Amino acid sequence: MVTRLREVEPRRFVVYAAFLLIFVFFAATLHDDGFLSHTNLLNIVRQTTPITVMAVAVVFVLSAGEIDLSLGAVVALSALVTADVMQSHSAVLAIAAGLGVGIGVGVVNGLFVTVLVLPSFLVTLASMGVITGLARSVTDLQAVAVENQRFVDVFGSGNVGPIPSLAFWALGAVALGHFVFRHRRFGAHVVAVGDNARAARAAGIRVDRVHLAVFILSGASAALAAILYTGRLQGASYTLGEQDLLTVIAAVVIGGTRLFGGEGSVIGALVGSLLMGMLTNGLILWGLTSSGQLIAQGALLLLAISLTLRGQRGR
Amino acid sequence: MPMPLLRVEHLRKEFGAVVAVDGVTLDADGGEVVALVGDNGAGKSTVVNCLAGVYPPTSGRILLDGAAVQFPHPLEARRQGIEAVFQDLALAELQPVYMNMFLGRELVRGPLRRLDREAMSAETQRLLDNLDVRIDSPRKTIRDLSGGQRQAVAIARAVHWAQRLVLMDEPTASLGVAETQRVEELIRRLRDRGTAILLVSHSLDQVFRLADRICVLRRGKQVEIRTAAQTTGEEIAAMITGLL
Repeated sequence: MVTRLREVEPRRFVVYAAFLLIFVFFAATLHDDGFLSHTNLLNIVRQTTPITVMAVAVVFVLSAGEIDLSLGAVVALSALVTADVMQSHSAVLAIAAGLGVGIGVGVVNGLFVTVLVLPSFLVTLASMGVITGLARSVTDLQAVAVENQRFVDVFGSGNVGPIPSLAFWALGAVALGHFVFRHRRFGAHVVAVGDNARAARAAGIRVDRVHLAVFILSGASAALAAILYTGRLQGASYTLGEQDLLTVIAAVVIGGTRLFGGEGSVIGALVGSLLMGMLTNGLILWGLTSSGQLIAQGALLLLAISLTLRGQRGR
Repeated sequence: MPMPLLRVEHLRKEFGAVVAVDGVTLDADGGEVVALVGDNGAGKSTVVNCLAGVYPPTSGRILLDGAAVQFPHPLEARRQGIEAVFQDLALAELQPVYMNMFLGRELVRGPLRRLDREAMSAETQRLLDNLDVRIDSPRKTIRDLSGGQRQAVAIARAVHWAQRLVLMDEPTASLGVAETQRVEELIRRLRDRGTAILLVSHSLDQVFRLADRICVLRRGKQVEIRTAAQTTGEEIAAMITGLL
């Protein structure tokens, strides 16, 4: 246990401390506005789930020393494709189509990065543009409604006993992600590649496969997030996921994942994403307008990132 | 006459229009240290990288115990019992010592194939003790170690996995005097175990301290191979610079 504690960097504790601090702060100041109410806390979990799902994948992407800027754009396209296919086909086919979009984008991103040896920052910046355009044109900016009640229950507003079904998706993603990241060889290879790709290659790790895998994982996570949005909102629109890229990366980095690769934490990303969700929720209860929320969120992000990232660049 | 452990025949490597290595032919037997010397750009590292499977030779043959081998990937070289200690310390700095020791060959246990961190850590400790390498704990991160400790980890890794041949590319280039001595002692112990060692070094003093035979390269071409006992530093230096 002692050795375990020693392995955890002090920086990781920042996210837990910040989480508690903000929680206590909101609990005290927003007590009368129902911050602590059962419904509100479950709401935070519901609203955070897509972010958490993507954050788990982004832990792998950043730890491998890469970045995926196309995440938010994939959410919009995937959601629209899912909702659109569901208009005329079964939900299963619609889900497959939505996931297919995400995985397809991941494969394309990954191939550009590995085969053409291009920086992922530029590749995914470009694909973000293409996908955003596609998402806008696929239904001519029209929102698409979803009426399949079973789909809505499983991926959105349903409950299992007192617990929202969305919480299970978040927990499942975190549990699986943590296990693979921390306890499987693949996770060890991801951090090794992000730490020193040449050393990893010399050690026999198939670096390109690892890179390709993290982009596919990232695209698939955006697609799953899109399906969860579509379920909760009972429809899709091209604006879905617009603000998510920043939120997800902030959640992951605040959670102790190194922005430059070689180190990451899935549990930290979960706490980081709950922290971001709690912030948004508290600001809404405070009565901030959406523009006020954006300003406050951005400022707090900057503060949080300054606190956690300071000194990360140099080893 | 039995075949040597390693035989390299007419090794040639081109990078586009550049011929980095041309016509290197050498043998190395178990328990023998063969040094590769030459000026910068003579092709020493290229030879090492070809033997480590980092890149394939353009032409020429590599034979292990008489059998021709090809390394499409570093993994294949490792499967054949070849380990390399690279010039730029091929270690993942943010990972613990034991992870580096087992990089690419992590131990797993159970039906879920979980990483067995305890076993890797214990095995690393045993190995470091054996080699008399002093590091507080195998769970320490590489970046918290000194240059000598890092190189010791890289060498210990090679010692652990090498069945036949260890390639060393400037193993002491970044080390101080005392640390260099310890690494040289490690190399001798490795040799006494019966492993063949191919050593690239800029230091002729070191080469004469360790090597049985010396292969001189100049501009990618093999100039000469001499038995260390039958030549002098002056002669080797002259061959390196092309005065002979």
